[in-house]
Amino acid sequence: MATHIAEATAGTGTAAGGHLKLEDRIWLLRAMLLMRGLEERAMSLYRQGRVPGSFYDGYGQEAVSAGPAFAMAAQDRLCVLHRDLAAHIVRGVTPARVLAQYLGRATGVTGGRDGNVHFGDRNLGCVGMISMLPDMMLVATGMAMAFKLRGERRCAITWFGDGSTSRGDFHEAMNWAGVQKLPVIFVLENNQYAYSTPLEKQFAVDPVERAAAYGFVGVTVDGNDVEATFEAARTARERALSGDGPTLIEAVTMRMHGHAAHDDMKYVPKDQVEEWRKRDPIDRQAARLGELGVDVDALRAEVHEEIDAAAAEALAAPMPDPAGAVDGVFCVGEAKPLGDGQAPWSGFREDEA
Amino acid sequence: MATLTYLQAISAALRDELRADQRVFVMGEDIGVFGGAFKVTDGFIDEFGPERVMDTPLAESAIIGTAIGAAVVGLRPVCEMQFADFISCGFDQLVNVAGKMHYRQGLAVPITVRLPSGGGFSGGPFHSQNPEAWFMHSPGIKVVAPSTAEDAKGLLHAAIHDPNPVCYMEHKHLYRRVKGEVPEGVYETPFTARVARPGSDLVVIAYGAMVGVALEATEDLDGASVEVLDLRSLVPLDEAAILDSVARCSKVVIVDEANATCAAGAQVAALIAERGFEWLDGPVVRVATPDVPIPFSPPLEQAVLPGVERVKEACRELLEY
Repeated sequence: MATHIAEATAGTGTAAGGHLKLEDRIWLLRAMLLMRGLEERAMSLYRQGRVPGSFYDGYGQEAVSAGPAFAMAAQDRLCVLHRDLAAHIVRGVTPARVLAQYLGRATGVTGGRDGNVHFGDRNLGCVGMISMLPDMMLVATGMAMAFKLRGERRCAITWFGDGSTSRGDFHEAMNWAGVQKLPVIFVLENNQYAYSTPLEKQFAVDPVERAAAYGFVGVTVDGNDVEATFEAARTARERALSGDGPTLIEAVTMRMHGHAAHDDMKYVPKDQVEEWRKRDPIDRQAARLGELGVDVDALRAEVHEEIDAAAAEALAAPMPDPAGAVDGVFCVGEAKPLGDGQAPWSGFREDEA
Repeated sequence: MATLTYLQAISAALRDELRADQRVFVMGEDIGVFGGAFKVTDGFIDEFGPERVMDTPLAESAIIGTAIGAAVVGLRPVCEMQFADFISCGFDQLVNVAGKMHYRQGLAVPITVRLPSGGGFSGGPFHSQNPEAWFMHSPGIKVVAPSTAEDAKGLLHAAIHDPNPVCYMEHKHLYRRVKGEVPEGVYETPFTARVARPGSDLVVIAYGAMVGVALEATEDLDGASVEVLDLRSLVPLDEAAILDSVARCSKVVIVDEANATCAAGAQVAALIAERGFEWLDGPVVRVATPDVPIPFSPPLEQAVLPGVERVKEACRELLEY
């Protein structure tokens, strides 16, 4: 990555009030490129019949996970949603393991026990989501509760969609976090549709308005601007660590593909998709960095090569041994805690110093 | 050894754990200042403070869900459902998040969920249920159900020490009716069955409040030698102990307080049909609550819950077979 930085010419290249150095901004683009590239590759493998089950992606939503995940410290904990692969990439899950996960291979993050982005690498501080949404809001709230009980300077973050704001767990988590003033960040990924259901059939009032009713801050950010989502989460983290409680961040974005690979999304007006295509989060970040003299094409090529290598590795990986299908339902021996993941943002190095 | 009620034994286990292990905390509705609907945590808040004896909002899904979150980052939450019935509101978190976590990602969820269960006191349809079978059918969740004060304490210690989600079924009817010698300090009762009374002509298999019913019903049954097997743990189910009793006694009555269909006893009957058939000297007989909500009015409730007379009658018929 150093080569890309060396080519930058304009100013210091910092952003987000100086919190993002040029290398960080490139890292953000890289995470988004990896997410998109990996999902495109997985989709193509799906079409070839090599990905079992169905396939879900987050095309166009890469900034919603990349920015906030990047704003977290190694000791923070994450509950990541299914269109948020970039968060896993930021924490350090390697591309080959992601593709092996989609392919149901033994080397995938769950070893074939669960599919697509239903994973969390225990060693990297992530808890895998489940399909009932937004259950992980409560898990993140509980992690934050533990941090507060132990007096630790860390926070929990979780993502959930617009549809899941209609379920009771949204209310229970928001209320609990507000009552106990917990260091938790709720990222509402508003991508306009819950499967085929548009926002106007989901709620009468934008859910970000509800934050005030639970006694904490709600902010809306452009979910297609990775530096904006980073900054919103960074600010929320500061608030959490200062003891000022939770934040609800509504990241407004658009689900550019169907709910899953089978969904042709005929229910979405074409001009809506076209309008959002102009606001692509990767194009936006690439343009910014291009103006600073970063060789974005070289970065794209590098990411492409990385994905090629990952695909080769994943496709060569063995399928899981059927004899192991009944193992591991229960933990035997000591419970292993969540490990720390990567936290590439340089701001933390300063923060923790 | 001290003589404690079943309820005091539960309190003692919790107090010992809170004293011994900073990771342990208790959470639930009205358990702090008020000391719990049944006073299991009476006075705890004074000794351990409001952070470790946490009064929660009225939100069962949140109680289970936040406990899961706290557990995966290293704490040992003990959740109280005010009544076992209310676990239906926390079902999704328990079954889908907690129960499947270790299998999917190798992440242990050491939470204990205390479930005050059972009827017999006009609690009506929503304060009398025995929902243990729901969780037997859900992979990844252990289920235990003590019948004595000693086991109430030892099983709770073991549940809290266990790295998995454990549903601890504490029977409300036993709270102040059952008393017994209870060892001091921390000890673990294994998740295995216990022969409550040895015998050779017939075995009654039961757990929770039905153990006492079985003992009373068979204490003097026309001179027959009746064994009573107290399962204590439903997940894991002590299959060896069950089959051992069947081999020795050859006649089996299984008693559940829960609704009959797919109850714990149905699983025991299936096990015996599969692996104990050769030893049987008569049909496997089940006594359970019929598939109705638990009614409120005493004559109605007594008409559905298994009692001493029904168990006696079932045993007599089988002995004559």
